Amino acid sequence: MYALIDCNNFYVSCERIFNPHLENKPVIVLSNNDGCVIARSNETKSIGIKMGEPAFKIKDKIYKNNIITFSTNFALYGNISNRVINTVSSFNCNMEIYSIDEVFIDLSTFKRDDLLEFCLKKKKRIKKWTGIPVSIGISKTKTLAKAANYIAKKNHNGTGVFLIDESNISNTLNKISVSNVWGIGRKNNQFLIYNNIKTANDLSKTDLLWIRKYMTIRGEKTVRELRGISCIPLEQLYSSKKSICTSRTFGKMVTKQKDLIESIAMYVARCAEKLRIQNSYANFAHIFISSNSFRNDLPQYACSKIIKFPIPISDTGEMLVYIIPIVKKIFKKGYLYKKAGVVLTGIVSNTVIQKNLFEDCKIKNKEKLLNKIDSINRKMGRDTVRYAIQGYNKSWILKQQKLSPCYTTRWSDLLSVKL
Amino acid sequence: MSLLSIYKSKVNAIKKISLYPSVYAGFPSPAEDHLDLDLDLNEHLIKHPAATFYVYAKGDSMINSGIHDGDLLIVDRSLNPGLKSIVIAVINGEFTVKRIKKINKELYLMPDNDSYKPIQITTDMNFQIWGIVTHTIHKTK
Repeated sequence: MYALIDCNNFYVSCERIFNPHLENKPVIVLSNNDGCVIARSNETKSIGIKMGEPAFKIKDKIYKNNIITFSTNFALYGNISNRVINTVSSFNCNMEIYSIDEVFIDLSTFKRDDLLEFCLKKKKRIKKWTGIPVSIGISKTKTLAKAANYIAKKNHNGTGVFLIDESNISNTLNKISVSNVWGIGRKNNQFLIYNNIKTANDLSKTDLLWIRKYMTIRGEKTVRELRGISCIPLEQLYSSKKSICTSRTFGKMVTKQKDLIESIAMYVARCAEKLRIQNSYANFAHIFISSNSFRNDLPQYACSKIIKFPIPISDTGEMLVYIIPIVKKIFKKGYLYKKAGVVLTGIVSNTVIQKNLFEDCKIKNKEKLLNKIDSINRKMGRDTVRYAIQGYNKSWILKQQKLSPCYTTRWSDLLSVKL
Repeated sequence: MSLLSIYKSKVNAIKKISLYPSVYAGFPSPAEDHLDLDLDLNEHLIKHPAATFYVYAKGDSMINSGIHDGDLLIVDRSLNPGLKSIVIAVINGEFTVKRIKKINKELYLMPDNDSYKPIQITTDMNFQIWGIVTHTIHKTK
């Protein structure tokens, strides 16, 4: 048996821990640069504000309904997420951290009739210890646990814990549309609807060979899981990422080549840092820039380029040598740029890297240098040691007007309570 | 579990106190085989890292409990309030720090300063205990 523990409206709930007066009030959290809605409280959902809506389009609604807005505070959310994970780890079950606000746990050691009670207790503990409300879905497979969680969340009057077993499985799956089944993306959803498979229950009854033919082994696994046969085990080890991306929308539109280069250099530094944390090297870099597609009144331009490094690398400086000329090439004068980004792909672990025969010794020295730089930056703050091209001016930097204090990670930002 | 370490690195803001000098130029230290690990204040002050938060105190209503203006409070959310616990409470959306007291089955939040009045918790209040204050860290001048 598995359970999926999923934090309710996670980012909003993090903000509410330190602002209890926000309880029962409509709250939203905006994405980087205060662009789009990325988290909503239940109250905001019932006003009819959708996920991903651009903030400027709902300004009136925000004002009229007194919706409280926050900029994303990832330092806070990351810290609270770790607290939730640590609380879950005190349950002594095997677990898989699925995302910043979702954890799967393996309940196979527990007796069937204890499960609901056990999970209710744990739900209460997580709320008490961390302040975060969670929903828990329990069932035989991870896909079914995810479905059970969906029901637990939907039912506002329920306990927030739901179990799918033989007695209620077809009834429950009938209430879930295929688009809400774990592992079914937009394309598969269209395909299934076209073939008159509308609910999770319909999907669980499809022919395995047919599904495999059109939706590969992944689709087959999903169907088997919906039938109660576990095919997707817990992934307990932190697996290295297949690609690393840093991209941002600029605080104000960028027109100068110098500013664009500075921003991309900064994103390269960020990506390379992440790459080194997981001891990996990248083969390719994908660079993209674009103007503001919401502004129909302005000339539009977007361009992206993929380059291959001669050998897999992880050094920021080396990457910049290859990437900056590309940026210079794809930059065109006369446009207002709104967004840029860097994606590193073709990522390989340092244990399997193909090195140049004569460079082994050099690489070791370079690794030492990079380690030093990373540890200085970790200790003394991001970009304390940086490449000059990353600049100091940052006219393109993020707009975060509604940022809450870093209540758990900065001494200067701690909560102050009046006695 | 290994994941614990992710969090620990963040709380380890309090420096460890080193008890032993590390280098001897002459005779090797006879104490070498008996070295203990350095004392870690976190270990002493924090029993439930996932549930522990730091909060600054503002004001003097708890002065007789030894909580001064500007002191750092260590707050453990996992504990249940006992009689006389000092708690961080939320009343109608506002934070406060007081001592809990039950008088004739009525719940009170008691200040520890005679110039303040006790607050009686009534059913029409939106009342919640946010956490238990386990320690206060006060800088001596």
